Amino acid sequence: MKLFPIRGGIHPEYRKDMTSEKAIVAMPMPAALYIPLQQHIGAPAEVLVAEGDLVRKGQMIARNQGAVSASQHAPTSGRITSVAEVAAPHPSGLPQKTIIIEPDGKDEWADLPEPIADPFAADPHTIHDRVAQSGIVGMGGAAFPSAVKLNLGAQKKLETLLLNGAECEPYLTCDDRVMREYPDEVIDGARIMAHALGTAKVVIGIEQNKPQAIEIMTRAAAAFPEIKVVAVPVQYPMGSERHLVQAITGRETPARKLTADLGIVVHNVATARAVHHAVRFGRPLVARVVTVSGGAIREPSNVMTPIGTKVSDLVEFCGGFSARPESVVNGGPMMGQPLPSLDVPVVKGTSGILAMTAEEINNSPTSACIRCGACVTICPCGLSPVDMAAFIRKDNLDVAAKLGVMDCFSCGSCSWVCPSHIPLVHYFNYAKGVLRELESERRKSERIKTLAEVRTIRIEKAAEAKRAALAAKSKPAADAAPPGGETKATTEEKVNA
Amino acid sequence: MVSMLIAVGSLTLIGLTLGTVLGAAARKFAVKEDPLEEELKAMMPGSQCGQCGYAGCSQYAAALAKGEAAITLCAPGGKPLVEALSAKLGVAADLSDMEDKGPEHAYIIEDLCIGCTRCIRECSTDAIMGANKLMHTIIVDACHGCSKCVKVCPTDAIVMVQYPMTLANWHWPKPEIENTPPKPALVHAQ
Repeated sequence: MKLFPIRGGIHPEYRKDMTSEKAIVAMPMPAALYIPLQQHIGAPAEVLVAEGDLVRKGQMIARNQGAVSASQHAPTSGRITSVAEVAAPHPSGLPQKTIIIEPDGKDEWADLPEPIADPFAADPHTIHDRVAQSGIVGMGGAAFPSAVKLNLGAQKKLETLLLNGAECEPYLTCDDRVMREYPDEVIDGARIMAHALGTAKVVIGIEQNKPQAIEIMTRAAAAFPEIKVVAVPVQYPMGSERHLVQAITGRETPARKLTADLGIVVHNVATARAVHHAVRFGRPLVARVVTVSGGAIREPSNVMTPIGTKVSDLVEFCGGFSARPESVVNGGPMMGQPLPSLDVPVVKGTSGILAMTAEEINNSPTSACIRCGACVTICPCGLSPVDMAAFIRKDNLDVAAKLGVMDCFSCGSCSWVCPSHIPLVHYFNYAKGVLRELESERRKSERIKTLAEVRTIRIEKAAEAKRAALAAKSKPAADAAPPGGETKATTEEKVNA
Repeated sequence: MVSMLIAVGSLTLIGLTLGTVLGAAARKFAVKEDPLEEELKAMMPGSQCGQCGYAGCSQYAAALAKGEAAITLCAPGGKPLVEALSAKLGVAADLSDMEDKGPEHAYIIEDLCIGCTRCIRECSTDAIMGANKLMHTIIVDACHGCSKCVKVCPTDAIVMVQYPMTLANWHWPKPEIENTPPKPALVHAQ
């Protein structure tokens, strides 16, 4: 299959061999599980359980609410100890509402929904509903509710389901292992998703640094002519959905548009496997494979982890720390976010937990920009990081927005390549946060303007009505005593004015 | 001689033609004068709270356009508005005595509320819910932090509070490290 070049990109040291040959191991159930109500993009789920309730594995404990949301399920059987504020796996370390479960050790399944007997004969809505009911979110890291994405077929004409097995982040091997160990489940899930989306073709994109996965997936897909496995070049950030689409189709997704506007929907390989479980067995998403790696981890591994396991429990299962970690990262080293504490849960979007030593992190001090232009050359979005950062430094965010800072997806290539160690992507994250905040303030002030206008109109109308009533009342009794309502009305008006 | 006349003549002709075209274009595509007052009005919070001393936002905008009012009068607009106005009008703003507390909203301490409805009548955005002799509460989404209600409350039951930092509104702070010249060491004069 002909491939197309993508713009820019970098070739970091991948260090995937620390875990790529380690088979997925299941982790024993920890002493407590912490299920945050929001593990996804969109609205948090609504709690369905209370303290003291007994739940069984797979039972829905929080329901999705609103158009973009995902439900949460009990990862094992046990008792709800409380619903409390617990630190989120987020760089801020801020708390969020979390359901705490004490496992009873029996790991008993609840009454699951019936498997869909023949998903390829089923209505796409049935599959969509099942995926929504199973709380599946994009498992590549962004955690966007998958059911919402599977519904795109109803709104747009789609041609291809692109399964993302690129896994371009260094260290991470969880998708690689899933493809190597469960190829049939991934393929089946992909076919079900393609049926739900109404796409004729399925393309599975895998980076060339995973030859075994490519071979195993090609063999598993051989029986299905509509599925094509494509080996894409090793080039970070190939796993970004826009760039993968460009590499495979040659078409660039316009800014602020979706790949679905080009007729392509991208899902992660692990998501496909979760869809397979939900449709064929009625099992919701209650566990995921997490790559635990980094120089400070004693036994780097790929661990099948129940959702809600504390990172500290997971690290302990992997032998604990062999050295003092300089930084613990949630996700990959390029786009992952530092964790302020290990007392946070593993969530549906956690692809990796990396404990990095000081040697693995380049913490050199920042020096002045030498105008080498390397960041401009490698920016996969075609932006000019050096200019944007200069304007953001002077808090000239309007200009940075004009230069396209909102189109940056924080891949971190510019920070990685910068010989002066300027924290470029950090500047962009800051600018994007402030610009989003300003936008939401602007929307609020617009809403408030409308509220004030509506109130003014209402008060004028009420005053008008009162005057009219007063006039009507005082006319017939013009000669009689002055009407009693007058004083009251005037005070009211004075108050309202 | 003839060639010189042709050159002079053709240049004159070109000049006249272009002059006419430009003149006509300047009339046809004339930009109206800078509608400053309208622009200023659009920048105002628009809640007509009247804390600036003018009847409403449009009156304050008119006074600003004429250069009659100080740019620091708008309470709900806060520091961001002052900065925007200062940039727009080219007026230097003294921000030293104006601390940026960040956006705030009103909050009713329910233990102290006696249900007098004074704040409800005062609120220009209908952000307070309640009835006579019943507890009142603030609809935070509709409150723009003008703090007029705080002033009319007879029991001091209303306070201004900052929006809490949540996962939804948190963002990375600005990186601080770069190229800051080393500070001279403090030398204590003996």
